[in-house]
Amino acid sequence: MNSQPFKNIAIGVAFSPNLKANLYEAARLSLLLKAKLHLIHIGDKTVEKVTQVNNCLASFVEHQLEFSLDFQTGKPEESIIKYVENKKIELIILGAVQKEDLLTYYLGSIARKIARAAACSVLLLIKPSIHRRGCAHIVVDGMESNNCKRCIYTAFILGNVLDSDRITIVEEIKKSELSIKVKDDKTLRKANLQREKLMRKENARVDRILESVDTAFTENITIEKRAIFGKRGYSIGHFAQICRADLLIINAPKKLSLLDRIFTNDIEHILTELPTDVLILK
Amino acid sequence: MSKSANSIQAFTATLPRNIFSGFVVSLIALPLGLGLAMASDAPPIAGIITAVIGGIMVSILGGSHVTITGPGNGLVGVLLVAFTTLGIQGAYAAIICSGLLLIILGFLRMGKLAEFFPSSAIQGMLAAIGLIILGKQFHIMLGNKLALESSIDYLIAIPSTIIGAFQYNDIQLTHAALAGVIALLIMIGYSKIRNKYLQLFPAPMWIVVFSIGMSYFYELVLKEDHPIADAYMIPKIPSASEIIATVPVPDFSMVNNWAFWGSVLSLTLIASIESLLSIKAVDQLDPQKRRSNVNRDLKALGLATIGSGLAGGLNVVTVIARSSVNVNNGGSNRSSNFAHAIFLVLFVWLFSSQLTRIPLPALMAILVYTGYKLASPKLLKKIGTVGKEQLIIFFITLLTTLLIDLITGIVAGVLITLIIHVIISKNALLFIQNLLKPNVLMFKEPNGNYYVSVKHFCSFLNFYKLKAQLDLIPETEDVVLDLSLAQFIDHTVFENLSNYQSIFKKRGGHFEIIGLDMHGSKSAHPYALRRLVPGVPFIKSNLTKRQKTLQEVATVFKMTYLPEKTEDGNFLTSFRFFRFKKIERVYNRIYNENKQFKLFDIHYCEGELVTKADVKTTMLHIKFNVELPEFTLDREGFLERIYAIAGFKDVPIKNHSDFSKRFYLLGEDTEAIQKLFNDHLVQFFESNPYYHIESDGKSLLVFRPNRTAGIKEIKKLIDFGKRLQQVVEQTI
Repeated sequence: MNSQPFKNIAIGVAFSPNLKANLYEAARLSLLLKAKLHLIHIGDKTVEKVTQVNNCLASFVEHQLEFSLDFQTGKPEESIIKYVENKKIELIILGAVQKEDLLTYYLGSIARKIARAAACSVLLLIKPSIHRRGCAHIVVDGMESNNCKRCIYTAFILGNVLDSDRITIVEEIKKSELSIKVKDDKTLRKANLQREKLMRKENARVDRILESVDTAFTENITIEKRAIFGKRGYSIGHFAQICRADLLIINAPKKLSLLDRIFTNDIEHILTELPTDVLILK
Repeated sequence: MSKSANSIQAFTATLPRNIFSGFVVSLIALPLGLGLAMASDAPPIAGIITAVIGGIMVSILGGSHVTITGPGNGLVGVLLVAFTTLGIQGAYAAIICSGLLLIILGFLRMGKLAEFFPSSAIQGMLAAIGLIILGKQFHIMLGNKLALESSIDYLIAIPSTIIGAFQYNDIQLTHAALAGVIALLIMIGYSKIRNKYLQLFPAPMWIVVFSIGMSYFYELVLKEDHPIADAYMIPKIPSASEIIATVPVPDFSMVNNWAFWGSVLSLTLIASIESLLSIKAVDQLDPQKRRSNVNRDLKALGLATIGSGLAGGLNVVTVIARSSVNVNNGGSNRSSNFAHAIFLVLFVWLFSSQLTRIPLPALMAILVYTGYKLASPKLLKKIGTVGKEQLIIFFITLLTTLLIDLITGIVAGVLITLIIHVIISKNALLFIQNLLKPNVLMFKEPNGNYYVSVKHFCSFLNFYKLKAQLDLIPETEDVVLDLSLAQFIDHTVFENLSNYQSIFKKRGGHFEIIGLDMHGSKSAHPYALRRLVPGVPFIKSNLTKRQKTLQEVATVFKMTYLPEKTEDGNFLTSFRFFRFKKIERVYNRIYNENKQFKLFDIHYCEGELVTKADVKTTMLHIKFNVELPEFTLDREGFLERIYAIAGFKDVPIKNHSDFSKRFYLLGEDTEAIQKLFNDHLVQFFESNPYYHIESDGKSLLVFRPNRTAGIKEIKKLIDFGKRLQQVVEQTI
């Protein structure tokens, strides 16, 4: 297990009222993960802007925060995506906007484009704050995929860094694996047996991964496993909302094509209604 | 004994009862089949052919258990149109095509089709069908055969027919009208008279027996001619050989015709809706609580319809009235449906000449009665209590169906429902944006409960998604359905959910709906549609089912129940748990006389503005007259760190290392806590369900910080609290 999952963290800087909160969140995370923070601004370089950022981050620099501030021109999303590639950034932080009703959050169009296209992992923050909020409960995507192991490892690393109390690993009973269609009582019974079996299989798979996690990472955290039924990818967001998770960690789907945007796929659903802070691992 | 041998034995054991039940059903099916066929302008025998072929094929191939199949009343209107516009042979072709479509629906697993229609619209459509049947047959019942343009005209002509019935010059017509009225009186009076010998035969059969008896009385005793004109008698029933010889050849020459496919579609739509609704209703009647395989039934019905169409019969559908008679008479498997078909064959074979002695008005009285049942004013009242908007949906569907046709009627019903939903929720985007989103999440809670949560909205448009998940749960389990994230829930959904509730209840499970206490509704009916009203004061006038049950629970435990909210959460602020939380409201309070023992729902927030998280849960507050040490007992330990700031530390309990391992017991005054947690109390906590428990020095707060508790959980909480109170009082 690599205890330092992200060495280079980037955040786009717009000089908006949220600047301070965004910078604080990014800086805090960078310090905790011992990563270098890259700030990028699309626009002209002025002395004012530089001092503003420096002022903001002064308290963190005292704690040995390493950061850089770059100014670029061009279309924001393209420049940022290119910047991420060039600087070998591993994690980019994006802030969400709150809707008028103050209950739901959504991503702005630029952030959404970056979230889709960026080559690195993406952290979507719904409520950046200047003061540190605890991250008590992490919900992590434990659905079978090549990246599943990494996803769970990351959850435990972050869980320790952020002082979390509880990590819930969400497994999924795939509809396609439920070969028995419920028609009447008999098939219902059979289908339930099959489902229990699948659930045990999923549990065993996650347990194997958990065994490989360093005990140092697990001892202070309550681990739960939960099998959910619903639409892949989307339901995990719904679940995170119900159990009021503070952070949701999911795997990025393999590739987002144009079709996915028309027939909205999992990640699109989560992008349209962010249940909580979301980390998309790529 | 092997399983199959066992089931064979069970089958033979119940066979006599099933045959008897089939016999009783056939007594109704005979007159009803003749009448329905004649009402559809088809030859009378077509109704019997439908019942025979339907009974035999569906009983062998179908997937339901106690249903009876045959000609359906819902189809009369559509069949009438088909027979008049397409001619007999064209209509048979349409019937065969609709059979094919039904099979396709079955293979496409469209057994959920009936869920896509708002229930008030379906009610309106059925009422319209009832009025169509009633309107047309009423005139024949009173001896006045009419040929009018539309179904509305028939209804308008009813008063003039009634007046005309007193002024017939022809005595034979008066006799006809008299036969009709007597038959109608038998239909109405039958259910009101509880007599064991009278109830031996169903009402329609009494009419048949009575009219045949009258006919013989005139012929043999009075030696007179039959008193009723031939035009008002059932036309000659062909013998079996004649039926085979004169099987109509379906005429498919009209397949390029719009009207043909219009008929096919209406037939398929009505046949499938009528069958699906009936199957759903009959499943609730089934004493053995079996689940029908609807898609298999649809396929069987389709195949039977094709067979029936080829043999000169009508569409085969599952019929509710005959099925319920079947259940009442002890039908327990499909053999009763088979027997009913065989008895019909016997009747026609043995008594076909007797059947022509039945006067038409008497037969039509049976139909008038069933038509009235479909459109009775009682139904209107029932819908009205759910809400005025349901009446609008009902009437628009009804009138469009009467004035234009069935398909237009149901489409209009769906559209007006949509419009009304948008108007009531004042939020069209809610429906448009979220229609295709997978809005249902289900998981099994560690205690074995199934937890289902629905987001956005739940109406007839997307109920099938919820249904798909609910159908995966065995009815013997406990289900908690959380609707607090759904902003709008319509009447159709509530009605369906209440069906689920009753099925779960019958089979030993428990189905609870939570999260509705904040939803507003305009009527007091439990199925009235509800929407989430942010910022609007708490709704007092209309209690939810949960609230009503809470009231009952309170009475059982001899406590007081108050649904109103109060912002007075002062008694809670002394608890450390609420130190950083804002209490929004406390509601649904249940407490005993001196308010020592208080149970309540609470809505509190963590954080403010941007970091705000809303939590709704149920808590129990027990006040003690003596001093307690301040402590908190928790299994998760998620509060450990926060409380550590406040100077709390883990308190070890001697001789109970297991308890210390499993629970986090935190507090300042170690000594006092250790004194309180003696063997007795520790054992109590170890052997009982886990709750988060906190003491503020005077009282205890007991809860689970996840969600509002269901009734079952509340009862458990009360029980736990009472025993905890005793144990603690003993220790101090």
